[in-house]
Amino acid sequence: MNLRRILADFSVFRREYLRNKEGFFFALVFPVILILLFGAIFSGNNHSPINVYALNEDNGPMGSSFLNVLNQTGAIKVILAPSGSVFPDYLLKNSYSQGILIPSNFSYSIHSGGKASVIIYSNPADTSTQIVTGVINSVAEAFNLKLSNSSNFITIVQKSVNESSPSYIDFLIPGLIGFTVLTSPMFSMVNLSAEYKKSKFFKQLSLTPLTKGEWLASKIIWYVMISLISFVLMTATGTLLFGANVQITAWVLPFVILGSLLFVSLGMLVGTITKSIESAGVIGNIITFPMMFLSGTFFPLSIMPSWLARIAHIFPLYYIIDGLTATMVYDNLRSALIDLSIIALICLMLSIAAVKAFKWREE
Amino acid sequence: MILISMGQGEEVRELIKNDSKSNKQNDSVIIVKELSKSYGRLKAVDAIDFSVQRGEVFSLLGPNGAGKTTTVEILEGIRKADNGEVSVLGLDPWKNGYELHKRIGVIPQGFRFFDKSTPREAILYYAELFGRKVNAEHILKLVELEDAANTYFEQLSGGQKQKVGLALAMVNDAEILFLDEPTTGLDPQARRSIWSVIESFKLQGKTVFLTTHYLDEAERLSDRVAIMNHGKIIALGSPDYLVSKYGNSKKITLEGDERMYGFLKQSADIAVTMQDGTIEIPLKQSKDLLKVINLIENSGIPYSGLSLKKDSLEDVFISLVGRMKEGELD
Repeated sequence: MNLRRILADFSVFRREYLRNKEGFFFALVFPVILILLFGAIFSGNNHSPINVYALNEDNGPMGSSFLNVLNQTGAIKVILAPSGSVFPDYLLKNSYSQGILIPSNFSYSIHSGGKASVIIYSNPADTSTQIVTGVINSVAEAFNLKLSNSSNFITIVQKSVNESSPSYIDFLIPGLIGFTVLTSPMFSMVNLSAEYKKSKFFKQLSLTPLTKGEWLASKIIWYVMISLISFVLMTATGTLLFGANVQITAWVLPFVILGSLLFVSLGMLVGTITKSIESAGVIGNIITFPMMFLSGTFFPLSIMPSWLARIAHIFPLYYIIDGLTATMVYDNLRSALIDLSIIALICLMLSIAAVKAFKWREE
Repeated sequence: MILISMGQGEEVRELIKNDSKSNKQNDSVIIVKELSKSYGRLKAVDAIDFSVQRGEVFSLLGPNGAGKTTTVEILEGIRKADNGEVSVLGLDPWKNGYELHKRIGVIPQGFRFFDKSTPREAILYYAELFGRKVNAEHILKLVELEDAANTYFEQLSGGQKQKVGLALAMVNDAEILFLDEPTTGLDPQARRSIWSVIESFKLQGKTVFLTTHYLDEAERLSDRVAIMNHGKIIALGSPDYLVSKYGNSKKITLEGDERMYGFLKQSADIAVTMQDGTIEIPLKQSKDLLKVINLIENSGIPYSGLSLKKDSLEDVFISLVGRMKEGELD
């Protein structure tokens, strides 16, 4: 290994990469856009209340009281429908997916000791339906307790697992660092290896003193750098704009370095063993996209069905993101080291396979 | 001058032996003996022998699929031979490829570079790889690329791209330059421009190993050529020697009709051929020239476009490859 040659090759590759606008965009700008986008959607506690349309047909005071309490929860904003309208038709006509109908005998039923009903109209496909239903149930429960002169025997106190209360953005940052560690080398190396092989550029490079190992080393250095820059950009964006609370420790480095080596090797392997540039691209995408979405990059595995979450364990990216989350969010070094060992093992296997498959010269 | 004609048994082997002996006495930088390479059932290179002397321009000619690129890649050390001996600058190219590559320059077929790098950056990159201090401006001037020094490779013309390859082959002050079809796909002007750079290599005393399927290119640039077909070398020698051995040194051509063709065929003790209205009369001796012209003039049969021609290397090549196809040469 000659450092001068590695740096020369690194320099020409860096120039090529940065002069190529698409490469630059996907390596550095795209992850920042993602964190801005996801951060804006999911971060912070100042959620807007969900609009719920209501028709109060009640002749007494209880209907109005019920709707007022709903409004006071802050989770729901009650908007009254014009009186006299046919409520389901009104909701459909205006494409409203949430509605509450207070029937005309609501107050009477309560005062007479009968059963009063609140009718909820909802669209099961709307993700806010569960929240709306939950809030209405809670308010109805509170009314029931009050009307029966009972009191709360059990109260719920909600606390976060971590004292510093990790938020979605805290989990998103390791996820998106993992995303960069995966996508930058994979998309580039698959295409580059297949194209260099087809155009005999590898053969051409083999006619210089540059060795196969030096060529590989310069690519690994570049992608480690890209991942580190991306780590700094995303951590800074997440911290400054969305108040993310993540730890910046030296333990991030082995994940970024081994992760880059792993996906440079995987990308090279796919590009080298496939027969054409087109098939290399297809196989690269088949590997990359499921791994990107199922490894906990954008959403925690806990929201996935258990069988799907189990599948995530076959992807090396899962261990990178899990390890980064352990070290950056939970400060759990033991868990991070287990992940790191698994990554190191996969990395070793893929590197050996890639170097064996990668032919600088032909037999 | 050495000629190898396949199918001549002992005579051919004797000629090769003599070639080896004479090259040992001279300064052979490439020696190839019984070199073979197969891809499955296809024999791409079939027991070929030749040697190249220091300072000469040696061309390997042949139609597509003749085995030229396989041969040159074996010499460059990027492809392994099945059998035979190969020595380039005294080194085994496959075993000592790393040492060899520091001493040779190569422009492979379809040379390419990084799309977004300029010729100046390409030279400096190669200089770093070879650990040499070079004057990039001087090299750019030698290959006539000063005006495109800062243009991205992807924006260069085909000829300029090949010149970048030539520039890179100069970076390590190579003793042998391997140029694999350096002018394929270029326009005539760009080809001539490349030729002048190759001629300047020759003037510097460098050995040039050229593979091409352009016969005019080989005839103009080469000291010696080897004609290859179906993995075998079917002829080897200087262009003049091959033309004199296999071609008709002089011939008269004219445009005429069947009457003229019939008249000449009957009247003269010479071989006459006719194709697409062109009558061709090869001249065995110089004195035949006047005899044939007098015959034509005195025939009273109309004709046009009378001219005296000499066979070119291309004529010899077509003839030899054609004869091999018909089984005259095996």
